[in-house]
Amino acid sequence: MADTTSAASFEAPQLDSPLPPTAESEVPTTRPLGLWADTWRRLKRNKLALVGLGIITIFMIIGLSQVIANLLNIQLTPYDPNAVNYALTPHGIGAPPSPAHPFGTDYLGRDVLSRTIVAARISMLVGVIAVAIALVIGLSLGPVSGYYGGITDAVIMRVADVFFAFPYILFVLLIMTVLGPGFTNVFIAIGLLSWATYARLNRGSVLSVRTMEFIEAARAQGASDLRIIFRHVLPNTMAPVYVAIAMGIGGAIATEAALSFLGIGIQPPNASWGSMIANYLTYVPAGSWWMEFFPSVALVLTVFGFIAFGNGLRDATDPKLKE
Amino acid sequence: MSLVEVRDLKKHFPIKSGVLRRTTGHVYAVDGVSFSIEEGETLGLVGESGCGKSTTGRVILRLLPATGGAVTFDGQDVMAASRPDMQRLRRDMQIVFQDPYASLNPRMRVRNIIGEPMRIHGIGTDKERKDRVAELLETVGLTAEQGERYPHEFSGGQRQRIGVARALALSPRFIVADEPVSALDVSIQAQMINLLEDLQKQLKLTYLVIAHDLSVVKHISDRVVVMYLGKVVEIADSSLLYDRPQHPYTEALLSAVPIPDPKTERARRRIILEGDVPSPANPPQGCVFHPRCPRMQSDPCTVAMPPLESTAGQDVGVDHQVACYFPTRYAADGTVTANAPV
Amino acid sequence: MAERLLEVSNLSTHFFTHAGVVKAVNGVSFSLDRNETLGIVGESGSGKTVAALSLLRLVPDPPGKIVEGSVVLKGRDLLTLSDDEIREVRGNDIAMIFQDPMTSLNPVFKVGSQIAEAITLHQGKGKREAWKMATELLTRVGISDAPRRANEYPFEFSGGMRQRAMIAMAISCNPEILIADEPTTALDVTIQAQIMDVIREMQGVYDSGVIIITHDLGVVAQMADRVMVMYGGRTVEYGPVDEVYYNAHQPYTWGLLGSLPRLDEVEKQRLTPIKGQPPNLLLLPPGCPFTGRCPYERPVCRETFPELEIVGPDHGVHCWVPLDERVAIRQRLPQFTASVA
Repeated sequence: MADTTSAASFEAPQLDSPLPPTAESEVPTTRPLGLWADTWRRLKRNKLALVGLGIITIFMIIGLSQVIANLLNIQLTPYDPNAVNYALTPHGIGAPPSPAHPFGTDYLGRDVLSRTIVAARISMLVGVIAVAIALVIGLSLGPVSGYYGGITDAVIMRVADVFFAFPYILFVLLIMTVLGPGFTNVFIAIGLLSWATYARLNRGSVLSVRTMEFIEAARAQGASDLRIIFRHVLPNTMAPVYVAIAMGIGGAIATEAALSFLGIGIQPPNASWGSMIANYLTYVPAGSWWMEFFPSVALVLTVFGFIAFGNGLRDATDPKLKE
Repeated sequence: MSLVEVRDLKKHFPIKSGVLRRTTGHVYAVDGVSFSIEEGETLGLVGESGCGKSTTGRVILRLLPATGGAVTFDGQDVMAASRPDMQRLRRDMQIVFQDPYASLNPRMRVRNIIGEPMRIHGIGTDKERKDRVAELLETVGLTAEQGERYPHEFSGGQRQRIGVARALALSPRFIVADEPVSALDVSIQAQMINLLEDLQKQLKLTYLVIAHDLSVVKHISDRVVVMYLGKVVEIADSSLLYDRPQHPYTEALLSAVPIPDPKTERARRRIILEGDVPSPANPPQGCVFHPRCPRMQSDPCTVAMPPLESTAGQDVGVDHQVACYFPTRYAADGTVTANAPV
Repeated sequence: MAERLLEVSNLSTHFFTHAGVVKAVNGVSFSLDRNETLGIVGESGSGKTVAALSLLRLVPDPPGKIVEGSVVLKGRDLLTLSDDEIREVRGNDIAMIFQDPMTSLNPVFKVGSQIAEAITLHQGKGKREAWKMATELLTRVGISDAPRRANEYPFEFSGGMRQRAMIAMAISCNPEILIADEPTTALDVTIQAQIMDVIREMQGVYDSGVIIITHDLGVVAQMADRVMVMYGGRTVEYGPVDEVYYNAHQPYTWGLLGSLPRLDEVEKQRLTPIKGQPPNLLLLPPGCPFTGRCPYERPVCRETFPELEIVGPDHGVHCWVPLDERVAIRQRLPQFTASVA
């Protein structure tokens, strides 16, 4: 970003003779390290975090593929998740897992595996978009709040306090009631409520970073506040935020499941794990456990994966944690 | 006309306490400081903690707003400059910081750190900037390839060089070096001192070197300003400062600096000051140094701060200023002719 | 005849980290007599602080481990003592003053209590008597109004006062040996002078041996009788202070002396710095750690660490450059020929 538009001519200073190269300093002998080398090394030692990362990766792949499938209107699942087939549901309570249907079929004869996979799309979208909305709000207000301090900081933080004070689910319910059930409203509701976490976390780091000399250096060079905040302060205050993102996505997925379970989240014909868990509950006493089981496992595993990875990331980025 | 003129500069920080954050007092960090810096010279600014030297440096560059007084650069008023004027001034006045670990953005590659000033002021095309960065790296004794790396891959001394390269990016005329070597190992300090001296000769720079290490300051400076508790107590040529200190604080300071020479050390006369450095939030009445001064007399020392005055009649042609009612006086051959009542 | 208090032989302390073995202290030997002050000089990575911590077995284990050597205090090898026994020694026979007085005193306890605790622990005195002694000690180290001060918390003390309080704690049990690790780095120079005076005075009163660990060659010239110069975990030179300063035999010592701007130089001399960077302790060569920065190095230097060579009264050096060559080089170096006041 150019901060001034003065068309300055570029003049290098005239050295009458080039300074002798100072043989006094040496080139480091190690390969360029990059910024994440250290964190990655520490993360690798944490088995649980790696498992979490594995789960997240699988989940993201499935979720992304389903998003594409949905956009292109093709089917990427073993069976059509909405294909009703009464033949596969004797007594109307579905058929247990079999070689042809590893997760069994539901009460309408639909393949549970396919439905579970397709529902991953919803979860992934919710996780990613809701957190993205929260980040946009939180990472604008957080750095501004921390950098300027004073009244700005006080006002923003008090507003954040209000958002913190409300019980999360209750607030989401409130918003959903106002906005009505449905796809995009879920993202908005969850995103709108989590921004405070990211803002606060970020602000904490900002408070310590803003007194560092490289910020003063930027000011001495004539950098504008905007440049300083977004080019210097923000990148250096992201470490705790990354952890919060991991946890946040996990949390958003769980919240969406809860909403759908309560019936105010995703509506048919869209299926999410939450709505599946809600709908299939009644079939369990009849002995059809598989409809309830597999989406539940998928949900738990996914959320667990994010949290385990988030924990591992936090430990790996904590400079004080002794090795 | 001097390149930099500082006149009666003041910087007071309010102390806020209580629930309503009322101002209950002030920290008189800088309280009426005046000196000038000629083009091409190196002025050293020394003092112990709380004397206000670092604050002075920052106020001169307008990294902190002044509470009072004036700073002019090449005749232009720095305090009152408009934003576009200030942007132009910033190209001429730059700073090198003390802490090589905190003064570089850890998330930026070195070439971007050094190139940023140019980007901010919209100077040069991408290619021109790239070339300039490579040139600057080489000027400070690093290689262009090292520009790809991140600060944490360098040692303290190398990082300090990067800081210098960044300060040079806009071809400034004046550089404030705030404790440029105190965070470095002894053997690396000497590299940096030599580098700064070489750069000054080649690039015709003017320096304000702020440091607490008197040996370093004396070595690198042409003239030295001694500060105590927000005030200037003495200004002299650096060689004269050691041979003929006039202010009792300067004498004590010089006597306290250990010299790496056992025989000299054994032969030295030591002046040990009593007590601690008082807090700039609560400066003493009258002369700020009087509570610790071996020459203190109730009148006039507790009444009012002595003005900074030129000591006439000694060392013709050399301006030696001191703020004391009883400065030490010397004969032409260097012997002490008058030393105040003890 | 001076009484030998401490004899350290071939001390080696290594740190076993994920990135490799760090030989922080590598075969270091030195001694300390009663009433003597030994200065251990080095920059970062020299191993001087780890050596001092090793004497008291304060090296964190893991990842550190004293792998070799002996530390003999009045006949007993401290490295072979049990945990209880070494705890007896700490504070009692050998006391240590740490570098940063801000963090070395516990902020939640009154200063008087912290000193009294040391007294109760080692001398078994009752609380009241220990408190009285603590107050006396504070006066002794130059803190005025000691009874009131003893009741205060560390944050109410200035940096210089905290350092004095630490000295008071250290001398509370009449230690034979006082180790001061960078006692002046965090202090202003006029306060530094005061503290050095206090240490000297306490040494006189208690007849202790003092080890001062510092990077400041000025402080060593001021305080020490003997000096040991360390680099990259090794001792490179040691001797009486005059010998090391005026007849130094090691290129690193020359380099250090040449890097220093001197307050009393009459004509301004350009400094002669040591080229290169401080050593990377993970990548030390098997030989002399100064290779890569030494202007006089030869191929053998990288491979093998030079044996001890006695070059003067109690003056030893480790260097492959032959003695007469060294003397010739030194005579031409500006730091040994420069004019000073």
